[in-house]
Parts: sequence; structure tokens; C-alpha cells
Amino acid sequence: MSGEDGESGGRAGDWAELHLVLLGPGERAPRLPAETAGAPLEARVRGFLEHDARVGETAAVRTVLGRRVEGSLLEVLPPARQTFGRPVPELLEVGSELRALIRAGGLEGA
Amino acid sequence: MPDRSFAAVLARRDEIVAAALGIDYGAFERGELAFEYEALMASAGTTLEDVRAIQRAAKVGSTPLLELPALTRLARLGAPAGKGATILVKDEAANPSGSFKARRASVAVHEAARRGYRGVVAATSGNYGAAVASQAAMRGLDCIVLQEVYDSLGRGQPEILEKGRACEAYGAEVWQLTVGPELFYAMLLALEETGYFSASLYTPHAIAGIETLGHEIGAEVLERYGRPPDAVVCTNAGGGNVTGTARGLRAAGCGATAVIGVSVDLRGLRMDSDRDFNRKSFTTGHTGFAMPFLLDPDRTDVPRSAARPLRYLDRHVTVTQGEVFYVTEALARLEGLERGPAGNTSLAAAIPLARELDEDAVLVVQETEYTGAGKHPTAQLTFARELGVEVRRGHPSENVPGRVIAIPRSPGELSAVEVDLDEIRRGYLGRAVGDRPLDSLGDVDLEYLAAEVGGLPVATVAGWLEAESREAGARA
Ligand SMILES: Cc1ncc(COP(=O)(O)O)c(C=O)c1O
Repeated sequence: MSGEDGESGGRAGDWAELHLVLLGPGERAPRLPAETAGAPLEARVRGFLEHDARVGETAAVRTVLGRRVEGSLLEVLPPARQTFGRPVPELLEVGSELRALIRAGGLEGA
Repeated sequence: MPDRSFAAVLARRDEIVAAALGIDYGAFERGELAFEYEALMASAGTTLEDVRAIQRAAKVGSTPLLELPALTRLARLGAPAGKGATILVKDEAANPSGSFKARRASVAVHEAARRGYRGVVAATSGNYGAAVASQAAMRGLDCIVLQEVYDSLGRGQPEILEKGRACEAYGAEVWQLTVGPELFYAMLLALEETGYFSASLYTPHAIAGIETLGHEIGAEVLERYGRPPDAVVCTNAGGGNVTGTARGLRAAGCGATAVIGVSVDLRGLRMDSDRDFNRKSFTTGHTGFAMPFLLDPDRTDVPRSAARPLRYLDRHVTVTQGEVFYVTEALARLEGLERGPAGNTSLAAAIPLARELDEDAVLVVQETEYTGAGKHPTAQLTFARELGVEVRRGHPSENVPGRVIAIPRSPGELSAVEVDLDEIRRGYLGRAVGDRPLDSLGDVDLEYLAAEVGGLPVATVAGWLEAESREAGARA
């Protein structure tokens, strides 16, 4: 981001994520369950902003392939949101149990 | 600008797909419902040697085949005396994009380049996206990947977010869609706009790319153990993994090896449901793909799928989500291998399956995949808990897809639940024949159907069809 706060908008050249509605709720494939049919088919795609824009406004980007896409600006410099999550105690136990089993050469509860 | 409505784009499907694949599928159609499967496969025009050369140049294949002594020991501890096969794993995570999908992508992208396409398009929420992106990167081709990622509340499945990140790391333009089968619609639009090659998972090229995996396993087990593998277990979703691996085993002279498909049991969850989408902790290798694709392999993005798992499966079993997390932990803690989710589906079944075999037998788990943020058990179980799924220790029978993940309390609780393949075969036949009168089918059709369900005698298949049509008559 060059100057502007990424939460509120971005400048031409910023890497940004757009939101698009590809099909409205009434325009989707036939025979979908109600909870899917009642929602639009949405898409997100990223690229370099062609111009200054505010979040929620119509904006255009050039994707990494140089293709032009228009949508509404969702976020500038979108972070990766997948993480390793929290430790899972139920799994932490498993390793020690298995090591003990192998060492003892028996298999309780089998 | 062409009409972008759903109906209009699907009406243009055949011409878009034909331009993006350059395969004349019509040439292989025979009789009322048959097609020449082997001729379609041969049309790829590559021998196993050619594929190996393509893959060597593309940094793919020749992955290590590792013995798993601790897991073998666990299997033997719970087995009757003299039972418990040696368990091996093919470390497919060593491929450039971290999974066996690199094998498929290498041949598909080679074909795109050979035919002069400037870019490739793939619609996949799986490891295949990164595989195509990585292969396209090495060849300087453009790559577009379309994924199904978010529910309507904007919650992204962590594993698919990670796969999208990997695609971007390899320079792909990534489209992240919300839940629904219209991923295919979006793919058609992308193909139409760009004129790029469709790097489908289901072309003869893509499947030929997996044959080297089965061949490497067969040849190396023969050499190291002096016998063909007794069983090869394959995580099954769309059926390409089973198909290519089995074909490669046969080519290596291991036609007697039992090919066993494994899927995570997610029965009860709808794949096209915005609500169910994020209530599953596995994004592939589960029954939500495996069962529909076994019953109808052609429900893909090509007119005739080259992935036809029912032809090759000797058995099919299911495991639960909790069991896969359990063996993922076991693999890290006992074997020192931290590997990713879907690849461990077949590993979960391997322990109970090894107990059925003699001690001198060899059982091969034919893949691993990379792990990372989003893909790791801790990522998936954290996400599941946030959505209200209960995670606890318990017997696998306590798993309820979308509601309870029960992590086994001991390795003795691991089990491979048999799927009745004859029931699947009958279901396949019923759907393939549809409401055609039986006398409209010629010999070519019956022989085709017999091959489709695994090379059963034509008389058996004809008998099933007659019984089914009598029952249908009685119901009417
Ligand atoms: C790591 C891994 N294993 C297995 C599979 C299943 O392969 P197939 O869809 O060919 O059955 C997939 C694909 O979805 C995968 O990514």
C-alpha cells in the first residue's frame, strides 16, 4: 500500500483482492439444495489495482497474467488466513501412547 | 460479448471443451452406450517410456519407496500370529508441488505446450491446482486455477486456502469461488475467454501420467522383495489415482496385486450444500467424490473420463476422519514423517489391511502429500471446533460426519470398513443402461459394461441386468 490505509482503500498499483458476483441467487445451476440456491455464486481474484479505490467500491485489477478484471474492492494486500490452528490435546496424547505401546510390545485394548 | 448466463454457457459446453482439449471423443463411441476405452488411452500417443522421459525433464517421479517399520510393528502387535504385512509408503510428497498430482499435470501441461497453447486452465480445489501451476511455471505457460473455497458467510476451508496460496506461489491466476457445482461453469468461461488448454484431471494424458507411479512401485517391490506387492492401497476420490496406479502395476507385471481403494466416510454430507461444505475436515479422498464417481465416472469436465476405477478395484474400504488424523500423528511421531491429509487416508486403512496378510507379504501405501498451514490436522481440527464439530477420543464407529470426530484410543480400533463393490457395480450398470430396453444393447455394449465393472463375465452382467429389469417391471 502506498500511503492509504489498506482497510479503507488502496492506490493504483497496490496488490488487492476483488469480490465478484458471478451468478445471482436466481441464476444458479438447477437442483441445488436450498441453502446453496439461495446464495449468489461469488468469486475472489487478486491483482494490481488499475486506479485508486476505496473498499467496497467498483475497482479494476490486472491479474498476474495481465488480464483485466472488474469487481468490488475487498482488501488491499490480503493476508494468508490459513494457519496451523491451535494445539489439539487429543492428538498430542497419541504419539506418547504409541511409543509406549511399541516399547512394551503389547497392544492394550486391541 | 457472448451470453454469460448459466444455461447459455452450458449450451456452449461441447464446442468450448472440444477447442480446449483437441480430442475427438466421438471417434471412440461404439454401439448404444459403449466406447473404446483402450483406444482412447492409446490416443495419448505416449508410451510409459515417453511419459517417464517427460516426467524426468519436469522434475517429477522416481520418488522414494520407504519401509515403515514402526507402523508395521503396530499392525503386527494387533494381528494373529504370523500375520501383519510389511507396510511401505511411496513418498509422493517429494514431487515438485508436493503430491502425486504432479505426475498428472506434467503430461497434461506437456501436451498443452506441444500443441502450442499459451496457457492452461484447471478447475480443482485439490493438490492438482498447484501441480498444474508448477508445471506451467517450468514451461513458461500461463495458468488459471479455479477453486471452490468459501461458504456464503465468507469462511474459507483452510486446506483449500493453502492450495490456492501454493497456486499463486507458482504464478497462477487463482479464482476462489463459493460453494456450488458451477465451478465448471466458471471454468468454461475462462477457457472461452482465453483459448487456453483444459488441463483436465481426466484426459488420457493426465491418467497416463499416473501409470509411472504404479510401475515404479511394482518394479521396485519386485526387485527389493523378490515378489510383487500383495496389496496396493490408494486414496480414492475421482478415480484417477486408482486407475493410473493399477494400469502401471499391470504394465510392471504385477497384475495379481490387489488394488484397494480407500475413502474417508463422509456419507450424509451433501457436496453441493453451502452448510455442509465446511463441516467436513477432508477436501478430497472422501466418499462425497468416490461414490458418485464410481457410479458415474463420466461426471467430469471431459466427455469420457479416462479415470475408470471400477475397472481396476479389487476392494474398496472406508475409514473415518478421526482415524486419518490418528495415523497422521503416528506417521510423524513413530516414523518421523510429517505428511499431509488425503495421502494418509490409505495409510489409515493400511494398518488393519496389513493384519489380514501374512508376515512375508508386502503392502504399499502408494502416496504421501505435503502438509502445511491449513492442511495440518491441528488446522483442520481447530476449524472443525470453531464450527461446532465435537472432537474427542472414541471408537471410529462414534464418528458422525459433520458432527463428531472420534480419534481412536488405540491402534486396535483402526478398521477398514468394506464397501460392497457388487452393489456399486449393479448401481453403475443401472445408471449406465438407464431406461433403455435391454434388447437395444448389442454384444459390444455388454462386453463394454462387463469391462467397466471390472472384467466380470458378460453372462454375469447380463444376468444382473435382466434381474434388475424384471424387478423394475414388477415395481411398475
Ligand atoms: C493427495 C491426494 N491423494 C489422492 C487423491 C485422489 O485422487 P483421485 O481423485 O484421482 O481419486 C487426491 C485428489 O483429489 C489427492 O490430492
